[in-house]
Amino acid sequence: MEKLAKILVVVLILLVAAVPLLGQQITAQPETIELRARMPENGGWSQEFIYGLVNVPIKLRMTSDDVVHSFALAQSSLPSVEIFPGKFSETELVFDQPGEYTFYCTRWCGANHWRMRGTIVIEGPASSDQPTSVPPLFLQRGLDLDAPHFARVIPPNRPESARASERTNALPDGLTDGGTVWSKSPEALWKDLKADEDLDDQSVWDMVAWGLNQQGSSGWMGQGRELYTQNCLACHGESGRGDGVMVRDLPPMNHDKMGSEATRPPDFSDPAVLLGASPALLEGKIIRGGMGTGMPYWGNIFTSEQIRSLVLYLYSFQMELEERP
Amino acid sequence: MEKAASYRFDLTRYTWLRRLLTSRWPQFILRAITLAGFVLVILTGFIGSPVGSRNFAVMFVWIAWWSALKLIMLPFGGRAWCSICPIPMPGEWLQQGWLVKPGGKMFNLGLRWPRRLRNTWLQSAGFAAIGLFSALTLTTPVVTAWIFVGLIVVAVAVSVIFEQRSFCRYLCPMGGFIGLYATMAPLELRPQPGLTPVEKGAAAREWPRGCPWINNPAALKANANCGLCLECLRTESGANMALNVRSFDAELGQPGAFRLDEAFLSLGLLGSVMIYSAVFQGPWGALKNAALNAGSGAWWSFAAFFLLASFGLLPALLAGASALVRRTGNLAQPLQMVFTLFSRALLPLGLLSWIAFTVSFAFGKMAYLWPVLSDPFGWGWNLFGTASVEWQPYLLSATPVIETVLLVTGLIWSGRTILKTAEQLGVRGERRWAAAPVLLFALAGTLTMLWLLIG
Repeated sequence: MEKLAKILVVVLILLVAAVPLLGQQITAQPETIELRARMPENGGWSQEFIYGLVNVPIKLRMTSDDVVHSFALAQSSLPSVEIFPGKFSETELVFDQPGEYTFYCTRWCGANHWRMRGTIVIEGPASSDQPTSVPPLFLQRGLDLDAPHFARVIPPNRPESARASERTNALPDGLTDGGTVWSKSPEALWKDLKADEDLDDQSVWDMVAWGLNQQGSSGWMGQGRELYTQNCLACHGESGRGDGVMVRDLPPMNHDKMGSEATRPPDFSDPAVLLGASPALLEGKIIRGGMGTGMPYWGNIFTSEQIRSLVLYLYSFQMELEERP
Repeated sequence: MEKAASYRFDLTRYTWLRRLLTSRWPQFILRAITLAGFVLVILTGFIGSPVGSRNFAVMFVWIAWWSALKLIMLPFGGRAWCSICPIPMPGEWLQQGWLVKPGGKMFNLGLRWPRRLRNTWLQSAGFAAIGLFSALTLTTPVVTAWIFVGLIVVAVAVSVIFEQRSFCRYLCPMGGFIGLYATMAPLELRPQPGLTPVEKGAAAREWPRGCPWINNPAALKANANCGLCLECLRTESGANMALNVRSFDAELGQPGAFRLDEAFLSLGLLGSVMIYSAVFQGPWGALKNAALNAGSGAWWSFAAFFLLASFGLLPALLAGASALVRRTGNLAQPLQMVFTLFSRALLPLGLLSWIAFTVSFAFGKMAYLWPVLSDPFGWGWNLFGTASVEWQPYLLSATPVIETVLLVTGLIWSGRTILKTAEQLGVRGERRWAAAPVLLFALAGTLTMLWLLIG
């Protein structure tokens, strides 16, 4: 009787212990990579590096161990994949060029959300038509991204691109030159134009807005707004005041103590902040991050076009810009 | 003044049922199955998904078992769970070398449990500790697994050092909760009525050896310490024991003694259910965060509030009410006796409050069970085709009505018991209104629960 009981207990316990082992064997998908998403505080992505080959599909089976996350491939038009706690989402990726591709979380999953990044390393032969990359303007010009750049000249009223476009014939050619507009702060551009044009201050500011407006490609406004909302708003705030939910407890920015502690981002609603910064400078800040505010780097996440749209969108906190038809 | 005995119906008068109960195999098989479930909980807790709602350990322990215990097993079967609980099994096997039939000795010092600790204080402390970490335990599988491992380790250690099921009787954190509320269960194991002193004496000599819960079944008068292990039925004097069905009020309606530790446990459980309701059903995010972030400053504040409210404020308020009753009722009994007896009278409100809390808690989360059934580890399996069942709360519109009915029932039941207790203490006739402070205490408790659960 006792012997039978012991056998029964042992068999039952072994059966239970066998469940995970057998189950894993039966449900294993050898060609699928399981990627677990966790808040950075809990460990971030379960795999920081994923390795693959050119033109060989990578199957990802993803789940979250805590809150809702989302998987996105940087500099890609692929839609992001939502990852829910305890549920499994699958996606398949194919890369036709070798290189390192960044994947990241697009959901504000926690205070260190931006740290949820990983790298897919693809090996194999490169195709001949691989584009060559041009360094961004801030590197070409050697701009100091951390130097203060406050504008001293402030427009009397909010500059409006539409007002300037009413007199298209009178606009100087320099305003359509991308290199010039991108490398100068709005204040510097205003000063150049003011020296050449016999116009009142506000009209020149309107021309500056018009010039910036010319730098965006079709749909830049929508793209910039979407990128800002998804990636910047939580810190920079809805109105750009640097009062987003993630930074409300931080001290305001102080250039003298830059780097000593994390601070709030600058206040984009202050004209002196944005009008003293050139598009190339803002582009550099977005690409590199830092600035003593704990801002993440976005250079390997966004495409050049996306960053351009985002830069122009930032100026919309100080100017009335409009998409070109 | 003892009332006439309540109606009781001896189930063992059916020969087939007595045979079923005296056979150890059905109970052993159930315990073996629960032991396997216990192992599964530990496994899933450690190696399954850390997402509580997708892990068998959390869902089946804290939603399925914990709810079934409070909604069915405890109110209808008293210590029925204890009779099939697997926790003492490994220790008992080490202690006596048996799984099915008691007897023998393996590794056991056989010490008696310390006299000073033969009460429910340690069980109160254990239950309070679970309450302090409840938000973490109920959401984190690995914590649940560690608690189960801890229970097994402590139970084994106690079994090796002390006699019989000392762990179940004096230490198990659930044991105090179940034992106290088993007072109101309509099931009891008692000696057959009308036993002669000779029969009682013979039985008393035999039963202590046959009672793992260290009782003398011939003298059993209360459910609290009887674990329904049924071993007394299986001795030579087993025919002198009866498994009775009785009214819910059969035990509580009779005068009975209540120790100070039991009084504090009764009030501690009432306070605990209020705090559980506030944490799990309330709209206060800061309170939830405080309860969840064990070790943080906010959690320490929560812990202090939990302990002070459950084991300080409520006893103080009832002691004050009892003092008023004693004064206005001109009672000669000491305050401690008045206080403990009134805390006993509050047991129905406590039990019904737990059931009401469970209704909203369990039915709101029960839909999570179906995916876990098909995917116990949260690894993406779909064993029974239920892995994709979406969450939805059950009985959503009926829940407030059910909760109100339960709480009002608890108030009426406790109110009646308070009046009976007052009468037994000597508050009669024109002085009946002297019991009002304790009645107001019960009313305030009910209103607090109604506010917490329904708003």
